[in-house]
Amino acid sequence: MPRDYSLLGPDAARAVESGLAAADWYHSDVPRKEMKELMTRTDGPAIRDTILLYGVMALCLGFGIWLWPSWVSAPFWLAYGVLYGSASDSRWHECGHGTAFRTPWMNNAVYQIASFMIVRNPVTWRWSHARHHTDTVIVGRDPEIALMRPPAAARVALNIIGLPDALAGWRRMILNASGRLAPEEASFIPESEQPKVIRTARIWVAIYAATILAAIATGSVLPLIAIGLPRLYGAWHHVMTGLLQHGGLADNVTDHRLNSRTVLMNPVSSFIYWNMNYHVEHHMFPMVPYHRLPDLHARIGDDLPPASPSILAAYREMMPALLRQFRHEDYFILRTLPPTARPYRGEFHQPEA
Amino acid sequence: MPLIDACATEDIDLEDVMRFDHGGHSYAIYRSPDDEFFCTDGLCTHEKVHLAGGLVMDHLIECPKHNGQFDYRTGEAMRAPVCVNLRTYKVTVADGRVLIDLG
Ligand code: FES
Repeated sequence: MPRDYSLLGPDAARAVESGLAAADWYHSDVPRKEMKELMTRTDGPAIRDTILLYGVMALCLGFGIWLWPSWVSAPFWLAYGVLYGSASDSRWHECGHGTAFRTPWMNNAVYQIASFMIVRNPVTWRWSHARHHTDTVIVGRDPEIALMRPPAAARVALNIIGLPDALAGWRRMILNASGRLAPEEASFIPESEQPKVIRTARIWVAIYAATILAAIATGSVLPLIAIGLPRLYGAWHHVMTGLLQHGGLADNVTDHRLNSRTVLMNPVSSFIYWNMNYHVEHHMFPMVPYHRLPDLHARIGDDLPPASPSILAAYREMMPALLRQFRHEDYFILRTLPPTARPYRGEFHQPEA
Repeated sequence: MPLIDACATEDIDLEDVMRFDHGGHSYAIYRSPDDEFFCTDGLCTHEKVHLAGGLVMDHLIECPKHNGQFDYRTGEAMRAPVCVNLRTYKVTVADGRVLIDLG
């Protein structure tokens, strides 16, 4: 039977019945003292990275505007676009977990800015992401499955320029600004939080309206190149890295070693992605801040499948699996564990009979 | 209800939390940075995860599953996705033992 990914469909009901929803997940053993040390929050690394991020964005924006409309401005816009349309994805993610900074207002400030740039309502997506952590790649439960089976090739390709996701975000913004929520949103956002969804959407509409007015008044697309459109022309990096998180791996299992992928990346991609390439580690222990994930990786590496050594290697592993899923949607890559690892256990990846 | 002897004070590090099960119910006992002891229900009000796996920061406990936070002194839910407050229990410390009043 083909998979039904909707949150209100038959697979969702089956996941609840079979005990796959809100199940107990596998965790590698880490003594409490060590885990406490790994979870400890500090402001320093995220302040450094945020100054670097917004500083480089400001420079690129300045040069881009200064050199506009010459083609010489293009490299500055491309760099600005990736920081706006892709680095905002990882900042949204880390600050949404509240782990990037120790100081709450710093997490919140970067979370709000990043949510606007990536066009994800900060309230809605906090709840959707909580569900993604409860029910990672459980069909019908996880609202954030990027690569469904069989893969929707056109949708994935268009997302490289942000299209379906950003358009959906803007459409949803307009719906929310009109005072309404989509039925799926209402299924996972508690009523007490729903007015916040609407308030944020209205603020965003005001910002976009001001940007569009500025474009009309100046007779130039420049304001939109700076605000809004970078979500499209700068999206490719977060799509490239994001597809690797779970693509081609198992679904409906309760062991992140089976359904998530850790990929070692070059320093620039790691900065843009804020270490989310340590994806198995992040899912297993979401309390560990991004800047300690390499340490966590070193600590539990012998209990995990080997990390893919590069983005290219990870694509070489994932792409053939995706191609096979076009014909056999049940196909997936079963990642092998090192001999030092605790084995995959039936009760962790099969619904109880 | 009599006080329940839950653990020794030195069983919990400063600014840390410990799980305590009693009578089929799970509790979390906290030792604050200023060396005071507190007790709440042991399971997060969001999705029933054991808070003892979480992180104590000042007077907050952060849940290990979705990073929701409570003030463990009052049980107040402080950060989404937790919205429902935690139940708290009175704690007394006597002769190096942590006694909780489950009444
Ligand atoms: S289970 Fe505690 S925040 Fe979700």
